[in-house]
Amino acid sequence: MREITYRQALNEALAEELERDPDVFLMGEEVAEYNGAYKVSQGLLERFGPRRIIDTPISENGFAGLGVGAAMVGLRPIIEFMTFSFSLVAFDQVVNNAPNMFTMSGGQFNIPITFRGPNGPAHQLGATHSHATEPLYANSPGLKICTPATPRDAKGLLKTAVRDNNPVLVLEAELLYSSKGMVEPPDEELLIPLGRAEVKREGSDVSIVCYAQTVRLALATAAKLEEEDISAEIVDLRSIKPLDEKAIFDSVAKTHRVVIVEQDRPFCGVGAEVCYRIQENIFDELDAPILRVSQKDVPMPYNERLEKAVLPNADKLIAAVKKVCYA
Amino acid sequence: MQSVEQRDEVEMLSLMLLIRRFEERASQQYQAQKIGGFCHLYIGQEAVVAGAIAAVRDDDYVITAYRDHAHALARGTSADACMAELFGKEAGCSRGLGGSMHFFNRQNHMYGGHAIVGAHVPLAVGLAFAIKYRGEDRVTLCFFGDGAINQGSFHEALNLAALFKLPIVFICENNLFAMGTSVKRSTSLKQIVDRAEGYDIPGEIVDGMNFREVRDKIAEIVNSIRKEPHPAFVEIRTYRYRGHSMSDPASYRTKQELEKYRLDDPITRLRAQLTREGKLTNEQFDQIDKHAKETVLASVKFAEKSPQLPLDKLYDYTYANGAKP
Ligand SMILES: Cc1ncc(C[n+]2csc(CCOP(=O)(O)OP(=O)(O)O)c2C)c(N)n1
Ligand SMILES: [Mg+2]
Repeated sequence: MREITYRQALNEALAEELERDPDVFLMGEEVAEYNGAYKVSQGLLERFGPRRIIDTPISENGFAGLGVGAAMVGLRPIIEFMTFSFSLVAFDQVVNNAPNMFTMSGGQFNIPITFRGPNGPAHQLGATHSHATEPLYANSPGLKICTPATPRDAKGLLKTAVRDNNPVLVLEAELLYSSKGMVEPPDEELLIPLGRAEVKREGSDVSIVCYAQTVRLALATAAKLEEEDISAEIVDLRSIKPLDEKAIFDSVAKTHRVVIVEQDRPFCGVGAEVCYRIQENIFDELDAPILRVSQKDVPMPYNERLEKAVLPNADKLIAAVKKVCYA
Repeated sequence: MQSVEQRDEVEMLSLMLLIRRFEERASQQYQAQKIGGFCHLYIGQEAVVAGAIAAVRDDDYVITAYRDHAHALARGTSADACMAELFGKEAGCSRGLGGSMHFFNRQNHMYGGHAIVGAHVPLAVGLAFAIKYRGEDRVTLCFFGDGAINQGSFHEALNLAALFKLPIVFICENNLFAMGTSVKRSTSLKQIVDRAEGYDIPGEIVDGMNFREVRDKIAEIVNSIRKEPHPAFVEIRTYRYRGHSMSDPASYRTKQELEKYRLDDPITRLRAQLTREGKLTNEQFDQIDKHAKETVLASVKFAEKSPQLPLDKLYDYTYANGAKP
């Protein structure tokens, strides 16, 4: 194992899959000559050439659709959205074409495509640039969605996504790109299955279910809770769809108390689904109502203080944990 | 007649200087972390917005993309309100809720400040539709970058404008780059203005470093539109001196290219024209520049001491009735 950044981990995953399969190509805005708006594709143009690392004009609907078409005839496109806020321009392709094709064609056309890029609020980017798109896409059967929170998960999930025979969204995070973590050496194949959560920290008093940017928050908060004698178990979903029910249920059966901390908005958000499944399946295991810490249900304000008020934070999470623990 | 034109041009030069000094301060305040998020500067492009604004009335509609500080200033938004917006303060032109990319000023007919590339072009067509619907003789000025012309929304909007014969000037601020992508690498056409031809919209190329050329060309178009509503397209060739945003070192272009454009600076050019014609002395110019610098410095002080929107107003701007759902 060695320590690398989340950005490097994604870069390695891209390079390894491009190396392995000549049908894989990377396309998006500024991915080639500029080496990526967030430098995730650094060096790939030099290594794989302009046939496979392809800059596009600002035409998200066009190049996302191009990817779906190319996938219909067997290529394995990796389409980068500069951010998933811009994927909304391509919503029709991602929601209507990519996941429906297999059904509509009676199973003749599967779409092995990866859509990837940063997702979720960053810092003071305002309403148009701060979307956490996972609940929008999770509502579309046929799509798979993963949300890596660590360099290791980023590498292993992206590689798996590229090899999957269905459309997969890899939702990265701008604020995580420079974060570091331990990852297997490059000569060791690292594949992390979709639909498999990971307990990032063992605990006995409360389960904190989280994903993407909120994993870091949950881990930091767990350390603080420890000081107050509350032992939190951190369950990182890693994939939103498929959702690893078993991992969630196992943890809840152990702690009997749940707080979900999510980076999206509350209304029809990811936490609502998790919450529903828990109460439907293991209601009797619960010793307290499930609480959710999410964004406030407002378009994202630019003002920093208001933005902080909208986003989940340690104080809100601690308050929720204490409430479910009756502490 | 002579004196009106003289006053107008010196006023417009003052506006261009105000924009430049504002952007320089914004850059400095961004580096001092008083401004957050993305911030795109207009330095080098001043003659485009100044020329266009000089050619229209105060009640005409203006809408643009995210490189919008200049358009708000040109539309009469105070430097105080603009700087306060960058600082995220309640006195900002969007109450500190929009930030650099989302400047609005309803009273002065500045309809934003839009950060999704291409997304505001249909909005502009909607503004123009409303003008025609109400039988008014206003005109809509829709500014956008060279990067926007390859979005589907742009194409749909142009067709709608042409089909419905709407009173709108599409103003492409061609500064040769969309982030690090040159027009050559993004667009199949030899020249951007040819996009208009595909929709049967009259198009022209204008030198964006020349204030007078921009003003005269747009004035001519606007006159024609006021007589009989129709869309028009201008490709205005300009250059941004700074990187795409504050975080872009702009290593995709050469020093020589930048220097070439700097030598053709729109402010220096207009100043030289006015001086040559005896309409402006060096002392007057220095006075104007001093005033611009003072105005902008004062705006920083204003923004700094302005209050933020109170936390309990968080839900007041989600729905028009202010109610929490
Ligand atoms: C739909 C969408 N895609 C991508 C972006 C990211 N982005 C912001 S500005 C920009 C370049 C736009 O260039 P241009 O239209 O030429 O305007 P300029 O910056 O030169 O003023 C890009 C790619 C965005 N804001 N919206
Ligand atoms: Mg441009």
